Amino acid sequence: MVERANGIEVEGLVREYRKGPRAVDGIDLTVAPGEIYGFLGPNGAGKSTTVHVLTTLLPPTAGTARVGGYDVVKEGPKVRGLIGVALQEAALDPLLTGRDHLRLQATLQGVPKDRRKVHADELLTRVGLAEAGDRKVSGYSGGMKRRLDLALALVHLPRILFLDEPTTGLDPQSRTSMWEEVVRLRREEGVTVFLTTQYLEEADVLADRVGIIEKGKLVAEGTPAALKAEIGRPSVHAIPERDEDREKIAAFLSQFGEPLADTRDVAVRLRDGLGLTDIVRAVDANGVEVADLELRAPTLDDVFLAKTGRTLEGAAEEADAEHQGRRS
Amino acid sequence: MSALPQVGAIARRSVVRTARQPASFIPPLIFPIALMAVNAAGLDSSTHLPGFPTESFLAFALAVPFIQGALFSTMNAGGDLARDIDTGFVNRLALTALRDWALLVGQLSGVVALGIVQALFYLSVGLAVGVEFASGPAGIAVLLLYAAIVSLSFGALGSWLAYRTGSGEAIQALFPVLFVFLFISSMNAPRNLIGVQWFQIAATLNPVSYMIECVRSLIIEGWNLQALALGFGFIIAIGVISLYLAARALRTRMTRT
Repeated sequence: MVERANGIEVEGLVREYRKGPRAVDGIDLTVAPGEIYGFLGPNGAGKSTTVHVLTTLLPPTAGTARVGGYDVVKEGPKVRGLIGVALQEAALDPLLTGRDHLRLQATLQGVPKDRRKVHADELLTRVGLAEAGDRKVSGYSGGMKRRLDLALALVHLPRILFLDEPTTGLDPQSRTSMWEEVVRLRREEGVTVFLTTQYLEEADVLADRVGIIEKGKLVAEGTPAALKAEIGRPSVHAIPERDEDREKIAAFLSQFGEPLADTRDVAVRLRDGLGLTDIVRAVDANGVEVADLELRAPTLDDVFLAKTGRTLEGAAEEADAEHQGRRS
Repeated sequence: MSALPQVGAIARRSVVRTARQPASFIPPLIFPIALMAVNAAGLDSSTHLPGFPTESFLAFALAVPFIQGALFSTMNAGGDLARDIDTGFVNRLALTALRDWALLVGQLSGVVALGIVQALFYLSVGLAVGVEFASGPAGIAVLLLYAAIVSLSFGALGSWLAYRTGSGEAIQALFPVLFVFLFISSMNAPRNLIGVQWFQIAATLNPVSYMIECVRSLIIEGWNLQALALGFGFIIAIGVISLYLAARALRTRMTRT
């Protein structure tokens, strides 16, 4: 059992919507105090629903979840008292300023009156909004809104932080500064971070451990290094000189390992003992024309592919298409 | 933790939001007065009808802006809440230590504060154009109290609809309905002088008539206890029902464990 104070424990968590699919389908996971846990999956995989359940916004259909030692169903107010949450949509009031938001949030979270202003100034400075703090949020960029959202989540000094896709839609610079702040929170304040993302790089860079969710189920869990090591062998990716040679090259490469479906190029996961030089020699010897040949170490996308049979990008496209289909 | 600062913070936000949107507070101030001026210009001669209760149509019509302005409050309160639901701001609030009822009370406190500002504006316009209050300063105090209750009740109605539907469009759809109630009332003529029978019956069955007549009695009659009892009775009944429905809908909307 994790230390009660800052950890998260989830057992057999299920969340069914009345007329929809089983969004979360029997998830078990544990997040240790002070850990950054990356919850990786495509759109519609069940990440946000899990966050909504863990943050008390949705009751689970079955299973249990304890956050900071408190049951999310029976002890909702206690859970809310120790968590900070930045949901997927930075729900901000366009007519209020950044400082208005902080004042409102601090009051509602019970921050003592004499500390509210100082605290708001500190947070605005920390997230780089000191100068923009008195401007209405309607004039903020997407990155500024995300940073304000993070500041609001931190207003009552939470011990556990839930960030639901905190960098989606952000430019690289804003994304990097968000990552730095998350790392700083863990390092300097010991905050436990539960972070959902659909970006492999984000999970790889930030997370101590990653849980991969697909169609409501946790399909893999571990440190990024361990998950990649589980896949073990590298893959070789070839880009055909001519598109009509695609099948020929695929057949040629298949003698070196198992083909990887759902990739834009022609790729195989190499059998043990083979390397790029073996492929290059064979390509030369057989006169196969390829525009480019690349050896790739396993990535989290490979882990996702190995566990689900789809790339993360492909899964996201499928989810989007399914969503569009349901809407039309 | 006391809920009072929470109520204050939500009320403050409600007022600040409105103050920063001229389109929210200017129409409720201007349109009712403009409608009153148009009606007063066109219907002034009706004061010559036998049995008309006053010689000044302005004094007779001044009651209408108080009720019409409150209808705008309904739209503002409901529209703001529907937007909060749509954008997820209610979820942000739900994740704090905010008590459910504090959200409703805070929101409605802001609506009432704005309703009183509106009432003071209509009152000032009335006094400026020479309307005399038969009930004197005490009547003005009662009028402001009534305006506050009307804003609270209609604000609760708008809040209920917003929590129930989460849709700004549904709130907008309510606006014409409320206006029908306003127009099929005694807003332009005393009920006993309405010549068309169906209209007279409709105006008699319409609670808005009694709200207008309550305010009107303070302006042109003095202390008419029957008019006051009916006016307060209807608006308190509407308020109690609306508050109950809004509180229930809020519990459903602001789902949290």
